[in-house]
This record gives sequence, C-alpha cells and structure tokens, in this order.
Amino acid sequence: MEVVFYIAAIVAITSTILAITRLNAVHALLYLIVSLLSVAIVFFVMGAPFIAALEVIVYAGAIMVLFVFVVMMLNLGKKATDRERQWQRGSMWVGPSVLAAILIAEIAWLVSGPGNAVYGSTAIEPKQVGIVLFGPYLIGVELASMLLLGALVGAYHLGRRAPEKTEK
Amino acid sequence: MALVPMHQGLLLAGILFALGLVGLLVRRNVIFMLMSLEIMLNAAGLAFVVAGARWGQADGQIMFLFILTMAAAEVSVGLALVLKIYHRFKTLDSDAVSEMRG
Repeated sequence: MEVVFYIAAIVAITSTILAITRLNAVHALLYLIVSLLSVAIVFFVMGAPFIAALEVIVYAGAIMVLFVFVVMMLNLGKKATDRERQWQRGSMWVGPSVLAAILIAEIAWLVSGPGNAVYGSTAIEPKQVGIVLFGPYLIGVELASMLLLGALVGAYHLGRRAPEKTEK
Repeated sequence: MALVPMHQGLLLAGILFALGLVGLLVRRNVIFMLMSLEIMLNAAGLAFVVAGARWGQADGQIMFLFILTMAAAEVSVGLALVLKIYHRFKTLDSDAVSEMRG
C-alpha cells in the first residue's frame, strides 16, 4: 500500500505541474482532473474511502464539468493562446517559484523532524463520518447549506442576462 | 491500512499547495487563476485528511467536506464572474479588470 501512495503522489505532482503550465485551457483541465483522481487514490490509501468517493464525484466530476462548460461557452481560440504564450516567458516563473520553493523547504524541514508516528491501521468508515457530521458539527452543516444557497442566488444574479430597460 | 509516515502526506499537500500558489501568481488568464485556487483548496483538504488519519478521528474528513462545499460555492460564483468579465471586456486578462469603477 505504501508503493501505491508514492506512485499516486508522483502522478499528482506531475499532472499538477503540467496543469499550471499548459497554454490550452482544455488540456490544463484534463491534467487537473488526473491530478484530482490521483489525490483520491491517496485518500483511499490513507483510510478515507468516503472522502475518496466524494473527491471523484464532486471535485473531478461536478466542479471540473463546470469548468469545461464555461471554457466551451467562452470559445477562446488561437488568439488567446498566443497572448498567453507571450505572457508566459521563462523569467516570469522564477520569482514565484523561488518563493514557493522556500516555503516548501520550510514545511519539509518542520514536518520531517523527530516524533513522526505512522498512521493507525484502521480506516474511518462513512458511518463514523456521518455520525460526527450530524452530531457536533450540525451547525456547520446548516451554515454550509446557507453558503450554497447564497452561491446559487449569486451565480444566478451574475449570470443573468441584463433586462432591456437597464442597458442604456 | 497504510503505513505511510505522516510527514510524507503533509509534504505532498505542501507541494500541491505551492504549485497552486505559483500558478495563481504567474498566470494572467482568470480561468487558470480559478483552477490554481482549486488546487490550493484541494491541497488544504489533503492536509486535513492526513491529520485526521494520523489520529484516527473523523474530524479531518468533516473539514474536507466543508472545504469541498466552499470550493463548489466559490467556483460557481467565480465562473459566473468570468462569463460576465468576458462579455464586458472581450478578454480574460486579469490586468484588464484591475481598475475598479464605482
């Protein structure tokens, strides 16, 4: 099972790098879906099968389909790709990459200290998650429902075609 | 189930978060910036699940559920804004919308 974790981690990092460097939006989205699926494998290895299923269904399914639909509606074409290539010179990646590398080195130094135990040997089943979710975290569930309602109303309001009389 | 040391899971989450941060800082297309935000939120959720698996508690997975909800809400509003920006400015350049007019 450890080997599965390492392979999935390498696939996740590689496909994420490819996703943030592609010029074509659809190619980047497909790499991002691969990355999310490999993170789902990592969740499964870590004993979180419920979260792995949710990652596939909600992240790789619903959210990415939303991205694909919007990219299809926009119809960016070759001009946008050329302009993006013009912006993506090599020197542009140096500053952010160095800063992020410093941060990741700090995190690696902090978490690789002594006293790291290994995981327990039990998986956390969906039933256990549900009992905790609708017990101590009930307020959080209600707040999440209000957040989703707000997002629904907001997205409808923004995406709505403007009425005729307010255009001019 | 797995005997992966905790710091390797956290390191994976950190690497993914850093990659999302670099993408967010470098790309100028609004859609790519939203995708980088998704990468960062996913990495944060991964850190929560790793911590939850370390102590055998379900709380980390609950936090991932809340992050998932927030990501869905954020991306729906964000993509509606992307459509609005494209219809108004005919471009997805984030520099084009950097000046706010009241």
